[in-house]
Amino acid sequence: MKDLKVNLSGWELDNPIIPASGTYGFGYEFADLYDINILGSFSFKGTTKEPRFGNPTPRIAECYSGMINSVGLQNPGVEKVIAEELPKMRKVFNKKVVANVSGFSVDDYSYTVEKLSGEEDIGIFEVNISCPNVHNGGMAFGTSPENAALVTKACKAVTDKPVYIKLSPNVTDIVAIAKACEESGADGISMINTLLGMRIDLRSKKPVVANKMGGFSGPAIFPVALRMIYQVYEAVNIPIIGMGGVSTAEDVIEMMLAGASAVQVGAANLTNPYVCRDIIEELPRVMEKYKIEKLSDIIGGAH
Amino acid sequence: MKQGIYKILENKSLTSDIYLMRLSGDTSSLTRPGQFINIALEGMFLRRPISVCDYNEKEITIIYKVVGKGTEAMSKMTIGKELDVLCGLGNGFDPDKCGNNPVVVGGGVGVPPMYGVAKALISRGKKVTAILGFNTAKEIFYKEEFEALGCDVKITTVDGSVGIKGFVTNALAETEYTDYCACGPEPMLKALYNATDKPGQLSFEERMGCGFGACMGCSCKTIYGNKRICKEGPVLVSEEILWDKEASK
Repeated sequence: MKDLKVNLSGWELDNPIIPASGTYGFGYEFADLYDINILGSFSFKGTTKEPRFGNPTPRIAECYSGMINSVGLQNPGVEKVIAEELPKMRKVFNKKVVANVSGFSVDDYSYTVEKLSGEEDIGIFEVNISCPNVHNGGMAFGTSPENAALVTKACKAVTDKPVYIKLSPNVTDIVAIAKACEESGADGISMINTLLGMRIDLRSKKPVVANKMGGFSGPAIFPVALRMIYQVYEAVNIPIIGMGGVSTAEDVIEMMLAGASAVQVGAANLTNPYVCRDIIEELPRVMEKYKIEKLSDIIGGAH
Repeated sequence: MKQGIYKILENKSLTSDIYLMRLSGDTSSLTRPGQFINIALEGMFLRRPISVCDYNEKEITIIYKVVGKGTEAMSKMTIGKELDVLCGLGNGFDPDKCGNNPVVVGGGVGVPPMYGVAKALISRGKKVTAILGFNTAKEIFYKEEFEALGCDVKITTVDGSVGIKGFVTNALAETEYTDYCACGPEPMLKALYNATDKPGQLSFEERMGCGFGACMGCSCKTIYGNKRICKEGPVLVSEEILWDKEASK
C-alpha cells in the first residue's frame, strides 16, 4: 500500500493533489463529474474584499502547450463567498480547503483573510500576491520583497491559520521574495502563478485577449516552475506548494523531487475535467515504477 | 455534461469553408437545441466548442466554419477517427417558451443550431419561419434542410445575390411572428434586438477556456447578474441582455 499522505504546516492531506485556484471554482462544477473528496484539497476561486466582474472578454487565448487567461479575479466578494459559495461547497466537499485570497491594498488582504478566518473548513490561506491580470494590485505586491513582506505580516496578524504566499514568476529574483515572506512569518510558499504572456490575432492584427496580456499557464511553463521551486527550496525552510503546468502523476513526482510538499493542478482541469482524479489514480502505479513507498520521502529529493 | 469518445461518421464541406460532421456516441447529456460540444484536438491545448446542429439517440451533427488551425485540422479528419468530446454543454434554447408562430434567425455559421431549434419547435406544432442570413449566394447552406422540416424559409444576402438584399432584419420586417430565437455574429443579434420589441432567445459566442463553467473565461453581465456563456448561456433571453460591454463593467 503506497503512502500518498503529505503535510502542510500540520495539516495532513490524503494526497498531494490540489486543484489550483481559478480552475476549480468552489468545487461543485467538478462534483457533478466525480467525488471530489478523493482530492488532497482544492484551492478555491480567488476571493477579494469587493465583488469583481473581472476584465473585458475575450479573456482566453490558445498557446502552444498552454493557454493565456485574463479573467482578472472575477468573484462575488468575500461576504457572498462566505454566505453563498462556502455553504454550496460544503455540500460536495467534506475536507478542508485552501482559501485563495487577493487584494489591491495591504488592508484589502488582511480584511479578506480576517473575514474568512472563522470558517472552520479552511485549512490554510493562500495569499495571491501574483495575479498578472489586475492593475494597481495583485502582482504589484509580489514583485518586491518589501511589499511581499508587508502583505505577509498583515495577513499573519489577523489569523491563526497557516498563511502561504503565492508568488509570481514575473520577477528577477523569486528567491529574494520567498525569503522575505519567510522572514515575515509566512508558513509556506505557493508557486508559481502564471507567466505574463500575449498572443496576437493575425486576422485582426490585435491582441487576442481584450486586456492585451494575460497569465500564461499549461504544460509549457512546467520547466520554469520546476526550476523556481528548486531554487526556492534551497533558500527557505518552509513548505512549498508547487504548481505550473502539472498534468500527470509523473509531473507531480518531479515537482516534489524539486521541493514541493504538495502540488496544484491548474490549466489541465480546463481541458480534462477528470485530470485530478486520473492523477490520483495513477500516482500509486507511478510510485511503484520509480520504487517510491512514501511520497513525502521524496520532497526535495533532487537536491 | 459527459465526456466520451465519438467516432466520425461523415465529414464533408457544405461551402468553401463550412463543414458538416456527424459523430456517433452517447448523446444522453443533450437536452435542448442550441447546446454545444467541446472537442479535444491533437496538438491544440484548448478544446474547440462547436454548437450542435441536430442529434438523435446515437448521433450528433455539427456544422463548423474553418477559421483557425483547430477547425482546419477538423476539416481534414477522416471517417472512423475517434474524438474526445465533452457533450451536453450550455443551456440551449427553450422551445416551450416560444409562442405559436416563432421565427428562427441564423446568420452565417450561426445557422446550424437554429436547425435544431426549428425542428424542436415544429415537433411542438408551431408554425416556424426561418430567416437565414449570408453574405452572398455561394455561402448559403442548409436552406433545403430547413424547408424539409416545414419552415417558411427566407434567405437574405448582403450583396442581394439571392433572396432579400441586406440583413436578417430586412426579412424580419416583413414577417409575422410571436417571438424569435437567434444565433449569429453579435452585431446581427444586436440589430435584431433593436429591431423588435417581441421576446427573443439569443445565442452568444465567446472565447472559452473550459466550456463547463470552471474558468470564468467567458463571463458576461446581465440584468440578473454575471453569467457564464458556457454554462448559464450561450442562450440569453432578450430581457436580460446588457449590450454595452464596457459601460456595464
